[in-house]
Amino acid sequence: MTNNQSVMTSLAQPYLEGLTEHVLRYQHCSACARAQTFAHDACQFCGAESPGWHTSTGRGHVHAVTVVGRAPSEAFRSLAPYTLVVVTLEEGARLMGHATPGVQIGDAVTATFFKHLDQTLVRFEPLG
Amino acid sequence: MAQAASGALTSAGLVRAEIDGVLCGYATTLPHLMLANLFCERFSLRPQYAHGMAAGGATGAAMLMLARELVQSGRCRNVLVVAGENRLSGQTRDSSIQTLAQVGHADFEVPNGASVPAYYGLMASRYMHEAGITNEDLAEFAVLMRNNARRHPDSHLTQEITVADVLASKPIAEPLRLLDCCPISDGAMALIVSSEPSVGVRVKMVGAGQAHFHQHLTALQDVMNTGAGSAAKLAFQEAGLTTNDIDYLGVYDSFTITLLMLLEEIGFAARGQAAQRVRQGDFSQGGVLPLNTHGGLLSFGHCGVAGGMAHTVEAYRQFTGQAGVRQVKTPTHAYIHADGGVMSSHVSLILSREG
Repeated sequence: MTNNQSVMTSLAQPYLEGLTEHVLRYQHCSACARAQTFAHDACQFCGAESPGWHTSTGRGHVHAVTVVGRAPSEAFRSLAPYTLVVVTLEEGARLMGHATPGVQIGDAVTATFFKHLDQTLVRFEPLG
Repeated sequence: MAQAASGALTSAGLVRAEIDGVLCGYATTLPHLMLANLFCERFSLRPQYAHGMAAGGATGAAMLMLARELVQSGRCRNVLVVAGENRLSGQTRDSSIQTLAQVGHADFEVPNGASVPAYYGLMASRYMHEAGITNEDLAEFAVLMRNNARRHPDSHLTQEITVADVLASKPIAEPLRLLDCCPISDGAMALIVSSEPSVGVRVKMVGAGQAHFHQHLTALQDVMNTGAGSAAKLAFQEAGLTTNDIDYLGVYDSFTITLLMLLEEIGFAARGQAAQRVRQGDFSQGGVLPLNTHGGLLSFGHCGVAGGMAHTVEAYRQFTGQAGVRQVKTPTHAYIHADGGVMSSHVSLILSREG
């Protein structure tokens, strides 16, 4: 029997491995040619099964922004306050990441990568 | 929970043997496989239908909706809906915050150090941007809920606050500050849904609806269309009523932004105008559309599923004239709305007074 949690996690494996290689991957439906937010068993728009993975340019625009003053765990307390954003990537997928303090909704940004403890995370920085 | 359930039995004039259905809300401090059975054994009930339920903050309203389906279909005659949790005292505050943060996406959100307030802070930033909402607008709701809670003997937070106090409170996940967020509380609530009306004032559920568009904040496609409006539409259609017929509101308020967005999406205020209605006194105890007269999650307190049921318990008390100093002009039709996750699961209920 397979462990359910690991099955669910493996769906996003190409994205998670991409982070360690400093590339941003997103799911893309070959049937309707639309980018997916997160990882799905089937296209969130047309339902076609097993969307494939493409590489994003890493560029996009800030859709939403917050500054976290109260970290949820000890692991992030040293970073607080930190800026989190949801970015709409050029390809159309939305992605949550860290960001340069002061970014605003609508700002053009590009993805960079940083290591926190043993994880590689995305930090969006202003473009240009 | 036992105290709340006993109170519901007494209020309904029922004895244990007459309860043939039990729905029990989940508890983060007691993640048991069979919470309804656990409760029934301890409380000495032997229903013919029972199970636990989980739909986040919408669980209480979802249980009430299912209870009505059960009595309408003839499956049950008296369904006890119960929830309770020692969310504050049963664990450390850090442990509670960490548990709740796991409602984020395990691969795409949680690894960033996002918290529940962060998800709502992100959503707030977008909604404020699109609808032209200010921090002062949000603060009005925190003050209104606190003023209401000050009239309830069981409220968690009762210290008087002003808009300036909200704006000056500690930033948690900007634009949300400490007083934009609900506290973590202890508490329990119980209601009984029956096929036959009780003696005296009868409260009937005349409409209900749900909508589930997404689970995680990043997957919320449009902050102007979270599903709240769709759930409400179903409830109003079934009831044959409109927002204009409603004269009492019990609307979920985990954060100030939650309450403001729900009121505007459902149509109890125009986009960007909900705070103006607070300032005009429309949502106050003596206003045309009293809102969460118990003080809501923001000040009465958030004890998990029970916190989300408190809005309906208060509506019931208002219908039946049991709200004491908080009593409003007896409502005719109340609208209840609850949401779970980050505007992820929506349940709308319409309650009407009969007799």
